[in-house]
Amino acid sequence: MSTNGAKGNHLIEVRDLVKHFPLTKGILFRKQVGAVQAVDGVSFDVVEGETLGLVGESGCGKSTTARLLTRLLEPTSGSINYKGQEIARLSRNDLKPLRRDMQMIFQDPYSSLNPRKTVGSIIGEPFAIHGMKTGEGERRMAVQELMDTVGLNPEHFNRYPHEFSGGQRQRIGVARAIALKPKLIVADEPVSALDVSIQAQVINLLEDLQNELGLTYVTIAHDLSVVRHMSDRVAVMYLGKMVEIADRTPLYERPMHPYTVALMSAVPIPDTSRRTKRDRIRLEGDVPSPINPPSACRFHTRCWKAQEICSTIEPPFAELAPGHRVACHFPENQVDLPVPTVRPLS
Amino acid sequence: MALLEVKDLRVHFETEDGVVQALDGITYSVEAGQVLGIVGESGSGKSVSSLTVMGLTRAKNARISGEVLFDGKDLLKASESDMRALRGDDIAMIFQDPLSSLHPFYRIGDQLVEAVRAHRDMSKAKALDRAVEVLGQVGIPEPRRRVDAYPHEFSGGMRQRVMIAMALINDPKLLIADEPTTALDVTVQAQILELIDRLRQEFDTAIVMITHDLGVVAEVTDDIAVMYAGRIVEYADTESIFAAPEHPYTWGLLKSIPRLDLPRDEPLVPIQGRPPSLILKPPGCSFHPRCPYVRDAHKRIDPKLVGTAEGVNGGRHKVACLLPPQSRRQLWTELVSGATPEDAKQRVVVPEEAVDQEAVDPAAVDQEAAR
Repeated sequence: MSTNGAKGNHLIEVRDLVKHFPLTKGILFRKQVGAVQAVDGVSFDVVEGETLGLVGESGCGKSTTARLLTRLLEPTSGSINYKGQEIARLSRNDLKPLRRDMQMIFQDPYSSLNPRKTVGSIIGEPFAIHGMKTGEGERRMAVQELMDTVGLNPEHFNRYPHEFSGGQRQRIGVARAIALKPKLIVADEPVSALDVSIQAQVINLLEDLQNELGLTYVTIAHDLSVVRHMSDRVAVMYLGKMVEIADRTPLYERPMHPYTVALMSAVPIPDTSRRTKRDRIRLEGDVPSPINPPSACRFHTRCWKAQEICSTIEPPFAELAPGHRVACHFPENQVDLPVPTVRPLS
Repeated sequence: MALLEVKDLRVHFETEDGVVQALDGITYSVEAGQVLGIVGESGSGKSVSSLTVMGLTRAKNARISGEVLFDGKDLLKASESDMRALRGDDIAMIFQDPLSSLHPFYRIGDQLVEAVRAHRDMSKAKALDRAVEVLGQVGIPEPRRRVDAYPHEFSGGMRQRVMIAMALINDPKLLIADEPTTALDVTVQAQILELIDRLRQEFDTAIVMITHDLGVVAEVTDDIAVMYAGRIVEYADTESIFAAPEHPYTWGLLKSIPRLDLPRDEPLVPIQGRPPSLILKPPGCSFHPRCPYVRDAHKRIDPKLVGTAEGVNGGRHKVACLLPPQSRRQLWTELVSGATPEDAKQRVVVPEEAVDQEAVDPAAVDQEAAR
C-alpha cells in the first residue's frame, strides 16, 4: 500500500480524519446548533524516521490534527493507524502503552512546565507514570543523563523552571518528551516562543536527537522558513482540509496549490537585494469561518484562479506528480503529465 | 532637522534586585517619510526606548536622562498634560497585541471617535465620518457598517488594522510600531506591511518599527539599528546591514535564522549562550560572553559606537566593536562563504590584544585606569 507517494515504512496512516467541535445552545437542554469543522477529512501518512511539517494560517486545524494524532483529542470520525493498529477509537486505558511511543513538545515553555516541581521531577514524571526506573538513584541517574543529552547542566536537577531561560525551558520540555524513548514526537510550534538567537539552538538540538535516536517528527510551525529547514515533507492545511503535501524541495520550489503559492510569496525575506524582484500575491480578506466554510474548494473565496467549478465540485486530493498531492482544479507549476493520475487513497 | 532625535537616552529602573539598566545611552534620529527599524531580542531595550519617547516610562523608580527632541522640543522635559496632548495626535503608537489594546465593551466606531475627539473639537457625526474614512484606508471592507461592530467580531488581522486606523486617525507625524505583525499570520502580515509602506509614501509619516524579525525590517525600513543589552551595537542603512554587517551579534542573527531564499542545507549557526542580565552586565563589551571572536582586551574595554571608515555609505554605518576593521571584514567574508565561526576564527588571525582604537572611549579608559 502506497499513498501520498511517501517512501519507506509508514509509522502512521491517517484516513479521512474528522474533528468537529459542537456548538451548543441553551443551558438545561443543550442542543447542538452547529459545529466548528476544525479538521474535515484529512488523509496522510507519516513515514518512519522523517520529519513531516504541517503549515497553515491560524485556525486551519494544524494543532487539532497534531492533538488527534497523539489522541489527546477524540476524533469525530476517520481512522488513525499506528504501526498496523487502529488507534482512533482506543480507550484511555488501551492508549496508555501507546503514550510511551508518542510524545509532544509544546509551544510555550512557560506554561507547559509545572512551576512547583523541580526540573528533576518534571523530567522524571514519565518514568513515574509508567512505573519505570523506580529506584531513587536509578531515576535520578536517568534524568541526569537526559539533561546532559539535551544540553542542560545535570547538576541543576533540583532547580525550578523559573530559574531557567526560555530556551533552557524548551530543552526541559524536550528532555521530558524523549525520556521514554518514543518513536514519534509531535512538536507544536517548538521554537516560536523563543528569541531568534535561541531558536537555532533548539532546532539544531531537535535535529541531533533525531539522528541519534531515530525519531520521527511531526512539526507544526507557522514560520515557513523554519518548517522548510526542519522537514523532509511538508503538508499545507487550509480551513480544516489538507490542500497540498509533497517533499520539501518540490513544495517550496514548485508549489502547485494557489494557496501554497500565496503563502510562500508572503514570507518576508531578510535580504534587501530581493526586495524589488519578488512578485507578491496578496490574498484579500481573512480566512473564512470554520463554522460555515465555503462550499466545495474552501479556498475559492480568496483564490485568484477560482472559476465556477471551484464552488460546486470539491477538487480531489490527487497525486499530480510522484509524491505530490494537491487538491485543486487549476494547479500551478504543472509538470507536463499526459493525464493527471488520480489514484484513490486506499 | 530630523523630526525625532534621540540623544544619549538612558533609562534605568530601580528594583528590589538592583538597578535594571534597560537603556544605556542610545542615539538615533528619524526624518519625515523615513522608516527606521529597531531590531533586537527580548530585553535588548527596544520597547523601552519607544515607550520612553511616548513618555510611558515615567514611573517613580525610573531614572531617565538624555534628550528626546520631537520637532525640536525635548519630550523628556514636557509636562504630563503636554504629553497627553501629543500622544495619539502627532505621535501615535501601534502595539503588538491587537486583542488587548482594544476595549472589549465599546464599539469600534466609538473607540475611534474618542481618539479623534480627545484631540480635535469635532462633532460626533463628523468624527464618525473620519473613522469610516480611515477604516476604509486601512482596508476594512464596508467600514460604514463595521463601525458598529465590537472588537470580538473582528479577526486578529482586522483588529490590528483597527489599531493602525486609530493610530492614523489624527494624521500623526511620527508612528511607532512595536512588533506590529508578530501576532499575525504571514498572509495578513504582508497586507499590513504593504499598508505601512503606503502610509510613508502618501502621508510622509516618519515610522519607527520595532521587531525581532529580520525579514520584516528588510521589507520596509530605510535604516536599521541593532540593539543588544540596552545599547545600539550597529546602525546602518538597510542594504549595508544585510550586505556588509560589521558586528558579530548582527552576523549571529543573520546566520541563525532559516531562510526561504537560500539552499536549505546550509546549517543554522546559533549564537551561543543567552542575553545578559541588565542588572549585572558583563564588563567590557556586553556581547563578549557570547562572541566567538572575543579577545582578552574586549572583556575590559567597553566599545563605543563609531562610524566605519569604508562600507557602502562610509560614516553613516556605525558599529560598536573592538575587533580591528579589516579583521571584521575578513571574518564576514569567511562567514558569507559558509564557514562556521570556528573555521572563520582559525583562518582570520586576530592578535590577542588587537583593539580598534577608534572604538575605545578615552573617558572609559581613564575610568579603568583610575580603578
